[in-house]
Amino acid sequence: MAYVMRSSPSVQSGSLAPHSSASSVSSSASSSSYILRLGALNSQRSGRLSITRRAIGTANRRTRKPHGVSASTSELVAEKPSIKNALAITREEGLILYEDMVLGRSFEDMCAQMYYRGKMFGFVHLYNGQEAVSTGFVKCLKPEDYVCSTYRDHVHALSKGVPARAVMSELFGKATGICRGQGGSMHMFSKEHGLLGGFAFIGEGIPVATGAAFKTKYEREVLKNDKADAVTVAFFGDGTCNNGQFFECLNMAALWKLPIIFVVENNLWAIGMSHYRATSVPEIWKKGPAFGMPGIHVDGMDVLKVREVALEAVARARRGDGPTLVECETYRFRGHSLADPDELRKPAEKAHYAARDPIIALKKYLLESGLVDETDLRSIDKKIDEIVEDAVEFADASPLPPRSQLLENVFADPKGFGIGPDGKYRCEDPAFTAGTAQV
Amino acid sequence: MGLSSIAYDLGSGLNGPMSISHLSSPRQQLAFSAKSCSRACITVRAADGNSGSMRAPPSTVRASKLVTNAVAVKSETASIAATKSGHELLLFEALREGLEEEMERDPRVCVLGEDVGHYGGSYKVTKGLAEKFGDLRVLDTPIAENSFTGMAVGAAMTGLRPIVEGMNMGFLLLAYNQISNNCGMLHYTSGGQFTIPVVIRGPGGVGRQLGAEHSQRLESYFQSVPGLQMVACSTPYNAKGLMKAAIRSENPVILCEHVLLYNLKERIPDEEYVCCLERAELVRPGKDVTILTYSRMRHHVLQAAKSLINKGYDPEIIDIISLKPFDLHTIGNSIKKTHKVLIVEECMRTGGIGASLRASIMDNFWDYLDAPIMCLSSQDVPTPYAGTLEEATVVQPPQIVKAIKQLCG
Repeated sequence: MAYVMRSSPSVQSGSLAPHSSASSVSSSASSSSYILRLGALNSQRSGRLSITRRAIGTANRRTRKPHGVSASTSELVAEKPSIKNALAITREEGLILYEDMVLGRSFEDMCAQMYYRGKMFGFVHLYNGQEAVSTGFVKCLKPEDYVCSTYRDHVHALSKGVPARAVMSELFGKATGICRGQGGSMHMFSKEHGLLGGFAFIGEGIPVATGAAFKTKYEREVLKNDKADAVTVAFFGDGTCNNGQFFECLNMAALWKLPIIFVVENNLWAIGMSHYRATSVPEIWKKGPAFGMPGIHVDGMDVLKVREVALEAVARARRGDGPTLVECETYRFRGHSLADPDELRKPAEKAHYAARDPIIALKKYLLESGLVDETDLRSIDKKIDEIVEDAVEFADASPLPPRSQLLENVFADPKGFGIGPDGKYRCEDPAFTAGTAQV
Repeated sequence: MGLSSIAYDLGSGLNGPMSISHLSSPRQQLAFSAKSCSRACITVRAADGNSGSMRAPPSTVRASKLVTNAVAVKSETASIAATKSGHELLLFEALREGLEEEMERDPRVCVLGEDVGHYGGSYKVTKGLAEKFGDLRVLDTPIAENSFTGMAVGAAMTGLRPIVEGMNMGFLLLAYNQISNNCGMLHYTSGGQFTIPVVIRGPGGVGRQLGAEHSQRLESYFQSVPGLQMVACSTPYNAKGLMKAAIRSENPVILCEHVLLYNLKERIPDEEYVCCLERAELVRPGKDVTILTYSRMRHHVLQAAKSLINKGYDPEIIDIISLKPFDLHTIGNSIKKTHKVLIVEECMRTGGIGASLRASIMDNFWDYLDAPIMCLSSQDVPTPYAGTLEEATVVQPPQIVKAIKQLCG
């Protein structure tokens, strides 16, 4: 899939130098579309993108391929065809991507408003600026595929198809929320849409995602269902990449060739901890080959680049070739959460990334490539505004959970509350379901 | 009349199979309520001369001597046992039988843990299963408890029914993040969308000089986690039954086994049976005092009961089985009858199962108590290696006898 993306502004300001120096490619090739380093995805494609890749440390342990961290520009960067001749996406795809990102952004902006108006409480972590990663990956998935997220999960939920109404209601703590008001901002789950959470502790979602991928393999090999090919995408941040669960799961996923994609949303900051102050080797993509899977580094502010990598990683997983580690260089425009004063990040850094706003970039591309015109985009903007307004109205009008809901979902089998002094199961006591029984 | 002896021989500990012999006469059946464990064929042999159908060999009548650190032991009447229906096996074999039956019944049931596959399990509970069901159904994991427990959670959410084995319960401390946050809470925080039908099992408790870290009692650490059920097995009969029930349950269940009980031998029925996860087991009916216990301490209590019965006491012994939630019905009925309670547990004094049970009993049955609830627990010390010290950290039968004397006068 050859495409041309307008080159991002030459990337690295001084303060970010360590981040970009990992590969010699970046220096001269920063004008290139693709920051593709290392670890090819064993591509079988013949020259649509004339990028040669070197497979390094792939899951196939028997054939040892040459290790080359750096490669010359010509080897790694395609000759860019002109815009008109090579389009990566169709008009429909472009509109879908645009709509999804605008939905994510508008929704999060509305969340901030609602929070400051006292409609939602607690810890709310907004995704502004990172939309390209969610849209880029989740829009490549089928409905049966799974997504596993962290506390910054509103936009992953929306991308995966959870209605905005259900997410907003959940944030307001109403009974019509996707988790009946019992989860909140950090715990979005949807069985229907394959969203496995929503986790407050970093790293604890990665094993869950690994388990979902294991289930696909189990279904194929033990239950003999050839059609089982659900892929799981696990999203997490740079801070998580220093956590044991990350490494343990990279090991197990590569060991058993599980159909999972580990997506690192490297926004350089874990609350107030800079990635460089916390990590001995800041290039997270390098850690993939150490465990036997390709490690890809991609510009996470560019949805088309992310999408290309995602399509390939998903195809690889679906084929049964195993996991991939994708590091997306991205940035959050707001603080870690709505309670974060965000004083440690330098204005220059913020400005740099604001200039690379993924929505503006896609908009520019779509307009310049002639795929869409202004009216199309404006109508999408309007549609999204209406969806978000409607979500807020719905959430406002929804009822709060009643007292009787308190004990309802503690156990799947409510016999787990045990046998009461009267000899009957506690859950059979009418007072129990009304929420007035003492437990 | 009372039963003058229980078929507990003393002293051989872990060396070799131990058994409880079979009981047949109606009078002996008094020992077991039909409601609780008559199917079990757990037996107490009456050693008094009137029993007729069975004669107890003199070597088992040792009412006066109590040996510390005793566990139930082989009885000499193997020949009688052989004529009855059912089959004899050891506790770890009973666990395996339950596991195998469930794996045959439902192809979604799988096991994961360290050395469960090719090695057959460090206590041989999964021996032979990997050969039979394949490496994916009996999965040898790398040493990453938190992650493979989380993996089990993810697999359970998406449709499988995994059983996680902690090689030793203490290792599951590393999985506490996943057990508390995901196993326990995920069904609730997802608003009931996802069920987590996992079973987490492993041997815990104080063994024979295994050192502090291998001698932990995690039931007290897990009991607060909402959304988890916890049971403790103590005999081959209830081990198999609870294993099957736990696997069939839609709730996450922690099945606590004990390192020293794996070689307990018993005759169990041939036909299929499942125990109830929420029900306690009435081991011996009585009227003087209620003794509540579980896991290995059940056997220490039975050991002490021999002496107590000889001295004329009539204790009612209940194995609570369900550590979370408590079976307040069985416990309550007993307290209403005896009005005195002794809890014998292996947990630490502070924050153990006994502490919760005490609070629960006071909340519900205060009016029926004639005396303060006594609780015998382990000392609040990391279990020392030295044998004499280790013996002193755990409750021993002489202490139980003394406590009952104190309680009942």
